[in-house]
Amino acid sequence: MGVHLRGSEGIDLKETGEQEIRGKLENVSKDLRWDIVRMIGLAGSGHPGGSLSCVEILACLYFYKMNHNPQDPEWPYRDRFVLSKGHAAPALYAVLAKCGYFDRDELWRLRRLGAMLQGHPDRLRTPGVEVSTGSLGQGLSAACGIALGLRMDQSPSRVYAVIGDGESQEGGIWEAAMLAAHHNLDQLVAILDNNGLQIDGRCCDVVDLGDVAAKWRAFGWEVQEVDGHDVLEICRALDRADEASRPSMIIAHTVKGKGVSFMENNVDFHGKAPTPEEMERALKEIERS
Amino acid sequence: MIADKGMKNTRDGYGDALLELGEKDPRVVVLDADLAKSTQTERFKRRFPERFVDCGVAEQNLMATAAGLATTDKIVFASTFAIFATGRAYDQVRNNIAYSNLNVKICVTHGGITVGEDGSSHQALEDIALMRAIPRMKVVVPADCYEAREAVKSVAYIDGPAYVRMGRLKVPILFDDGYRFEFGKALLMRPGRDVTILACGFMVHKALEAADGLAHEGIEAEVLNLHTIKPLDREGILESASRTGGVVTCEEHTIQGGLGGAVAELLGEELPLPMRLVGTRDRFGTSGTAEELVEHFGLGSRHIAEAARSLCG
Repeated sequence: MGVHLRGSEGIDLKETGEQEIRGKLENVSKDLRWDIVRMIGLAGSGHPGGSLSCVEILACLYFYKMNHNPQDPEWPYRDRFVLSKGHAAPALYAVLAKCGYFDRDELWRLRRLGAMLQGHPDRLRTPGVEVSTGSLGQGLSAACGIALGLRMDQSPSRVYAVIGDGESQEGGIWEAAMLAAHHNLDQLVAILDNNGLQIDGRCCDVVDLGDVAAKWRAFGWEVQEVDGHDVLEICRALDRADEASRPSMIIAHTVKGKGVSFMENNVDFHGKAPTPEEMERALKEIERS
Repeated sequence: MIADKGMKNTRDGYGDALLELGEKDPRVVVLDADLAKSTQTERFKRRFPERFVDCGVAEQNLMATAAGLATTDKIVFASTFAIFATGRAYDQVRNNIAYSNLNVKICVTHGGITVGEDGSSHQALEDIALMRAIPRMKVVVPADCYEAREAVKSVAYIDGPAYVRMGRLKVPILFDDGYRFEFGKALLMRPGRDVTILACGFMVHKALEAADGLAHEGIEAEVLNLHTIKPLDREGILESASRTGGVVTCEEHTIQGGLGGAVAELLGEELPLPMRLVGTRDRFGTSGTAEELVEHFGLGSRHIAEAARSLCG
């Protein structure tokens, strides 16, 4: 492959020490959290909990793993990303803005009439969004379609999809799981943001997913489990997924609302914006972290 | 009199179109959901196995996978029965395909009441309404195998999503190999001055039969084949309706939201005039032979003729 770009602050594990990578990705994550809280706070609505839980995952994908080019979002050799849990759009918007896909000021117009940044990702409005998502259980299927298309074109590009644990109650997730395994879509990597909470409460109390790792293994996927807030663990898992001869599932154990004490593991912040006072408190907390 | 050119499935035309398209355009990819033999995508699969994906009995996955494939610069045909494409997978069609304005052509078979013996679970009577309500979706209902072939080839190169509804039954051939399909244009099948009959799909033939009968009573019915239900040929319909002063719509679909609904919306705003809608009326289908069902639900040529007569009295 001729061009090889990784975000605006791309990192190469081989040329960079692990501690340096950790520092960079943790700083990126901190910046993303700040932007997420502020954009949802200013919008007055949105989903902070599930956006904050997948921050490190997105930071590692966009600033470590994926080949992409913010100056040319349609660059044919790019790796593709699908946010299947579309309500975590603020996390995606924050990382796209940080990479330079669009002006950071767009973040402060989130969810407003005429905004580039819709409540859920819209590929027609937002540079860098591959697939419009928001209705749960569909993004992984779309990622399968992308992987099939890339394979037909003999493209070396890879496809990454982030799905939710609550979302995994959708049957479509498992339809996609079967299709991907049947076709040995080894260029497909799914990351489960396993934060344990959904709107109505704990996932295990609503409809328990049970042994989710065993389920994915039984569906024929290569499965790894990581601490979803440990950037080095995520990076290593993403690298190992390159070697898989089957589709890969990385189960990232995460904390909903991670990084803001009063949002952590608090189901109320699944789909509720912080008040202006809460927003200020949260931003200060992130700055001090 | 209507010339007798024999009978053929509309879906045969679909199979022909896919082979032609696959031959000349490597971007053409076909997806099915375990119905490849019925929908005729099997023929494409045999010729271009590397560009065919059977998604199994998983229509939601079929549609969302089709959307993903289309983002890699493919022209994707997604096929199953009408009821599953539009009912089972509505959300995927709406959100993944149409909202994203992707090049997915949803080409279905087994639309309408003439599915017959399988009964209500397999008879799509609401699919045109469902698809028509989705922004960016184009809706075409071909009347015979040649129109199906040409319509499919046409929508392949119209940007964005499209829905092409075909049937199960062999239906009378109305056109021939040289037929030129004009997307979005109502096709005059028979001129007349007393009443306008608008029909789609297999009902075009029924409308022509009705017009033959009416001619014996001295009523000259104009028959238009409204193969494209969305976008609607507003000028063509208004021109004919303004001359005849009365409109009958015919479809094997509920009168709520389909061809009749589309025409009623247009006339209600632009040219209010007496109208009769031939179609099913807020009822589920039932088992029976296609012929029995056409009679049972009031979709026969005599029902169309009755409706037309009532406007000419």
